[in-house]
Amino acid sequence: VNGATTNILLVGVGGQGILLASEVLSETFMLAGFDVKKSEIHGMSQRGGSVVSHVRYGSEVFSPIVPEGEGDILFGFELLETCRYLSLLKKGATVIANDLCIPPPAVLSGEERYPDDLGERIRARFPDFLLVDGLRMATDAGNPRTANTVLLGAVSRRLEIAEEYWLKAIEKMVPAKAFEVNRKAFLAGRSL
Amino acid sequence: LFSSAVDQLLNHRHFFPNQFQTKEQVMKEILSGNEAIARGAFEAGVRVACAYPGTPSTEILENIIQYEGIDASWAPNEKVALEVGIGAAFAGGRALVAMKHVGVNVAADPLFTLSYTGVNGGLVLVTADDPEMHSSQNEQDNRNYAKFAKVPLLEPADSQECKDFTRLAFELSERFDTPVLLRTTTRISHSKSVVDLATPVTGLPEPKLVRNAAKLVMLPSNARVRHPLVEERLKKLAEHGAKMEINRLELRGTEVGIITSGVSYQYVREVLPDASTLKLGMVHPLPLDLVRKFAAQVKKLYVVEELDPFIEEQIKAAGIPVMGKELLPVCGELTPGIIRQAFATRHGAVPSPEVPAKLPGRPPNMCPGCPHRGVFYALNQLKAFVAGDIGCYTLGFMPPLSAMDTCVCMGASIGNAIGMVKVVAEADRRKVVAVIGDSTFLHTGINGLMDMVYNNVPATVVILDNRITAMTGRQENPASGFTLTDQPASRIDIPALCRALGVKNIRKVDPYDLEATKKAIEEEMERPEPSVIVTDRPCVLVKREEVFQKGPVLAVTAEKCTGCRACLKIGCPAIVWHPDDGKKGKATIDYLLCTGCDVCRQLCKFEAIGRSE
Repeated sequence: VNGATTNILLVGVGGQGILLASEVLSETFMLAGFDVKKSEIHGMSQRGGSVVSHVRYGSEVFSPIVPEGEGDILFGFELLETCRYLSLLKKGATVIANDLCIPPPAVLSGEERYPDDLGERIRARFPDFLLVDGLRMATDAGNPRTANTVLLGAVSRRLEIAEEYWLKAIEKMVPAKAFEVNRKAFLAGRSL
Repeated sequence: LFSSAVDQLLNHRHFFPNQFQTKEQVMKEILSGNEAIARGAFEAGVRVACAYPGTPSTEILENIIQYEGIDASWAPNEKVALEVGIGAAFAGGRALVAMKHVGVNVAADPLFTLSYTGVNGGLVLVTADDPEMHSSQNEQDNRNYAKFAKVPLLEPADSQECKDFTRLAFELSERFDTPVLLRTTTRISHSKSVVDLATPVTGLPEPKLVRNAAKLVMLPSNARVRHPLVEERLKKLAEHGAKMEINRLELRGTEVGIITSGVSYQYVREVLPDASTLKLGMVHPLPLDLVRKFAAQVKKLYVVEELDPFIEEQIKAAGIPVMGKELLPVCGELTPGIIRQAFATRHGAVPSPEVPAKLPGRPPNMCPGCPHRGVFYALNQLKAFVAGDIGCYTLGFMPPLSAMDTCVCMGASIGNAIGMVKVVAEADRRKVVAVIGDSTFLHTGINGLMDMVYNNVPATVVILDNRITAMTGRQENPASGFTLTDQPASRIDIPALCRALGVKNIRKVDPYDLEATKKAIEEEMERPEPSVIVTDRPCVLVKREEVFQKGPVLAVTAEKCTGCRACLKIGCPAIVWHPDDGKKGKATIDYLLCTGCDVCRQLCKFEAIGRSE
């Protein structure tokens, strides 16, 4: 991380909350004093399509998108989408994914099958792979809707950013009454 | 909490309380290009902002409403938006007009003559281009409009520049008496980066009406006087461009020199950190003196630009040796990898990128409960030849609905249908149906309907009235009953409007009632007269209580499901197929996604689908 740009990719399905999670990441890095850029595509992809958000931070960031093959961390909200974007990562990158499968249209209609070996495929290429049961941990933390915050906590462990900046960013981004449950969910994920 | 994030993001301004009221320190915020343009308009003292929504430009107006002192509104189309801006500028107020690249085609008529009149208060037209067509029907390069209309064009490379260039564009507009184009691309509009906020300008003159016919009345005798002034203005702007700070020589080495602008500049800095750059903030008129100065200082000169060789051709025409599209594609977005690859073949190879694994795709889909679904199912069943239009419903072309045969531009469906009817035999004539949304109909579709009635062309038009401009993220329109700022507004009665145009056969249908919808379309297809069917159901994403009410959800009774797959023909994301369940497989309904629209129940002949208790 020292001096160089760190590249994070957030991937999943439109409507899963990826853009908000990438906002929290960006805010955290800015509070910690880094230059930050993030990029994603709005519009048609929000209609349940595949979504990828790029977040980059360092002393000076140029490109808003992660150069191909330079991703350091892949933060997956859904397994098929996690697998789809592995080629953007560099060798030895970290993959943190939610243990969740959302079938795409061709699988819903029975034309194609949802692959059942995605976890193995990911681990074979990226040994530093953490599969998180986001829903269960979020439920334990007090609200099943904080699964993304649990995952954010797990990602935070891999980055050298002080806890206070993460919590400040979450506090800024979520309504006051939801902060406490999100704090708990974040810390649960951070302990992984 | 995070899982309702789409709604939160669509209203994300509420998550960013205004913090810049504190004057003592430089406030920093992470802003998207669109948010930064809105902020820049505020800092520039803009009085009027007007737009028609279009990805990737939409969030500019949605963000501008947080600032006091700006009258911001949605117009029915981009031409009206620009005309409103022109009026404000003629009367001495600064005006910002925003649209996507293809919107400028609609607004081109006033733009070209505005170039002759010039302005009084500054006028900035934001053109948000979409290389790669993430959400567009073409990837036209609107830098060409600057050359065509003979106006200056600024191109920011990050959010800070979006804000600063917006301010600068207003100064240029007034100083050179010209409209200014501010061109972004999707990667600039929708990328976020850190922005230093500043305080708004003060001391701008109060708008007032001043007669000046020689400047503002463009009939031939006046326009002939204005045209030479436009040519002179371009020369002065090019000279000024050589001195502007936003056109920046950055010398790092003498081997490779790269002329670039916009997001391409960021990619060049990323992958070719040792190259010298001429970073252009104003790409039209091109400051050729500066280009010559740069060319003299480097051994090999390149242009790195997305889409057309806009900069490159002008440099070549000036007789300066340069390479550009010999190395880089004309089609699609550039990426750091594409640039690295292009230059690596000249300066050592890079490993070829890994081929991604073959996985089931995930294209966008209509939402569960979308009222368009039943209409396209009926059109499919009737084997209609559907002249389509621009909106969420364009997704009706995809299987299994597969019921759209053409899609060209906003409002084209009705005119296209008229042309088809004019040339085909009677048997085919019946099949022609134009399908258009409420907002698109009011944008430019209405003119097509005038033609259909005026020339008595027997085609069928289905207006999908879902009470919102949905595809761009639910913006209000003149038929939704609300304004950009959520104020109640006069609501256009679409059937009454069609009647006033002279359409005699007008009917409303509930698109959740499959039988009635199919029957209505079938009858109107048979009728040898112009006819209009208006579907009457709101978008499921409209959150106003009285507009959309979720019904009790549906469920499949497993014992009754025969595995016939009839329910799969509407492509609803809430219906899940289990191939291994029973002999032939079985369907279930995801109760979290189901809205209770009832359309799938009507497809099940075995009464396996019913209201869940």
